[in-house]
Amino acid sequence: MRIEISLTGSAVFFFLVSSLTTSAQQTRVGNLVGNVNHGKALYQRYCIFCHGPYGDGNGESAPYLDPKPRDFTKATFKCRSTLSGSLPLDSDLYDTISRGVHASGMPSWKPLLRQERVDLVAYIKTFSPRFQEEKPASPLVIPPEPPASPESVKRGAELFQSMNCWLCHGKQGRGNGPSASSLTDSKGYPITPFDFTSGTRFKCGESDQAIFRDLMTGLDGTPMPSFADALKPDQVWDIADYIDALRTAKGIPVEAPAEPKVEPKVEP
Amino acid sequence: MRIAVVRRIGTQLLLGAALLASARPAHAIPAFARKYGLPCSACHEAWPMLNNFGQTFKDNGYQLGNDRDSPIYQQPAYWPIMFRVSPTWHRESNNRGAVDKVPGDASSGLVESTVTQSGFDVGGIDIVTAGTLSKNISFFVQPFIGNSSAGLSEAWVRLDNLFKSRWLNVKMGKFELDEPISQERTLTLTNTGAIYYNYFFTPPGDNNFFTGIGNLQLGAEVSGHSDNDYTRYSVAVVSNNNGATGLQASQAYNVYTNFNQAFEVSGLGLQRIGVYSYVGQSPTFYQTSGGNPIPGTGMGNRGFYRVGAYGQWYVGKFDFQTFYEHGHDNVFLGNAVPANQPSKLPAGAAGPSWNGGFVEAHYDYNPRLILIGKYELIRMSQQANPSIRANAGNLDTWTVGYRWYPIMNPRAGLAWVQEYSRIVNAGPPTLSGKDDINNSFLMGFDFDF
Repeated sequence: MRIEISLTGSAVFFFLVSSLTTSAQQTRVGNLVGNVNHGKALYQRYCIFCHGPYGDGNGESAPYLDPKPRDFTKATFKCRSTLSGSLPLDSDLYDTISRGVHASGMPSWKPLLRQERVDLVAYIKTFSPRFQEEKPASPLVIPPEPPASPESVKRGAELFQSMNCWLCHGKQGRGNGPSASSLTDSKGYPITPFDFTSGTRFKCGESDQAIFRDLMTGLDGTPMPSFADALKPDQVWDIADYIDALRTAKGIPVEAPAEPKVEPKVEP
Repeated sequence: MRIAVVRRIGTQLLLGAALLASARPAHAIPAFARKYGLPCSACHEAWPMLNNFGQTFKDNGYQLGNDRDSPIYQQPAYWPIMFRVSPTWHRESNNRGAVDKVPGDASSGLVESTVTQSGFDVGGIDIVTAGTLSKNISFFVQPFIGNSSAGLSEAWVRLDNLFKSRWLNVKMGKFELDEPISQERTLTLTNTGAIYYNYFFTPPGDNNFFTGIGNLQLGAEVSGHSDNDYTRYSVAVVSNNNGATGLQASQAYNVYTNFNQAFEVSGLGLQRIGVYSYVGQSPTFYQTSGGNPIPGTGMGNRGFYRVGAYGQWYVGKFDFQTFYEHGHDNVFLGNAVPANQPSKLPAGAAGPSWNGGFVEAHYDYNPRLILIGKYELIRMSQQANPSIRANAGNLDTWTVGYRWYPIMNPRAGLAWVQEYSRIVNAGPPTLSGKDDINNSFLMGFDFDF
């Protein structure tokens, strides 16, 4: 009798834990709810050869890819709307799958159904226990964008220098700063700072809001830090305006202030 | 008259069979998988059949748009080339073969008998090189090497995303029309089940140089699509040469159009519906020299058309492809009578018309195993003249099979294939006039690298 009660209690406990786990893992983007099993089948069809069967970025094609595929077991993602160190929102992962990651082996998977992309998000989250143990931080609230002006671009250029962005990105935003050649990502692979003058697309989105967000959240897993604590929103918008001006010029550098007289430092 | 018609039908069936044999599916390109590190299953529901991601990649001019498309991003040693070979064992059986009563004695007379052939075989080798010459300039070249022949299957160049718009792409060369369901990407290989008969149908007695939208055609195509490929269109102007190089038929041009729209149905998947048409003119006679036709001088053009609708329906792991076609040829084409000699038209002559269609179903168990079933039919609604039996040309064909992919990686693909196909031709030129039935069984490997 005691054994029966014990077994029943265990079953109830297991059921409760399973329910809580399932609830914590539930993936939702808009009104779509992710299905892990469907996501697994899709992952095996589309993703496994780069990201690997265990989601650790060690797929069959991984040795030949640069940059390397994302290691989902670390739950460290570049493109997020949450602050540095936090888990991404489901919608962040969904957006990355939909958009692809420019200048990498990751294409846009927009031709997949929306439901399929949400299912993939659900499955990707199973690779790291963090998604069961933690909740993503509240998403960044992006304030209204003030109108860009020559003055805001100039202020942004000055901040670009004073905040040492130039150490990696170069004083004219060409991605050739003194630290550029020694940068590595969190897994020790060499990483190249973005060349804003190349005219190519950003990894995490094209809009001014996306640039603002990247500056505020940083790109986790890369040397690109968050400036949320160091800059006020207006200053971040100024830098965003400057970056936008560099991009729009498509290789024609915007006049930059004189190089500040500081010793270059290599970011860890 | 009837014997002549029957002989002509027999000749056309033989010609058709030869055409069909050369219309071997080819399009699965592991060179792309190697370039991008993606598995076959990323672009193919089961290679060579594309899924929507693969169709988008193709429509984008073999570009993923992730800054890794241009040839300059590849190692100099990278050469976008692949080959495909299908070593198989197959058995063919025909229940109405006309054979000599005494084998080897042509004077013994013909009798009907079952003719069976079987053995190991290799259909030929497809070599494809394709990719991008530069950003937004794509190409495709495919020579075909058969057991006793070689030729140019496809060769084209395409200007992609003109004016930075996905809606404007221009292709020129020899290419597969934007068919409702691609003949080049069919999953089946058997002699009788590997093709869509509606794509290659010519009515009994008809001498239209154009034999169907399944043939690769020479011309130019304007096409476009939405970001996710849910909306697609194409308009092609092709020479009325049926894809034969050397300006062999006439100076007439035909127009092919295709429009389709996909939409999501919650819980089911992506559904796609479309309409298409092929409208053209074909010569009925030629300039002659010493009575011999001079190629490319076709005259007395008369019209014909093929129109239809189709759908691709997904229900979870099942998908169904449905296709309908209505065809019509001018009375001169249908009766093989030069348009400058209308008096030669038989009494009661008319332009032949017919309807046809097919349903092809797949069960996608997983990326490595797909089950296939197909049924196709053609029904004549109007014969070219009263001497042709009403049901001549009708056919029914069934195919079942599966493809299992033990190897599917970013460098190569290997499939084990087993198929059975059966085709029934009604009113064919058999000695007894009874239905002509062919059975085909095939098993073997289909691999590309």
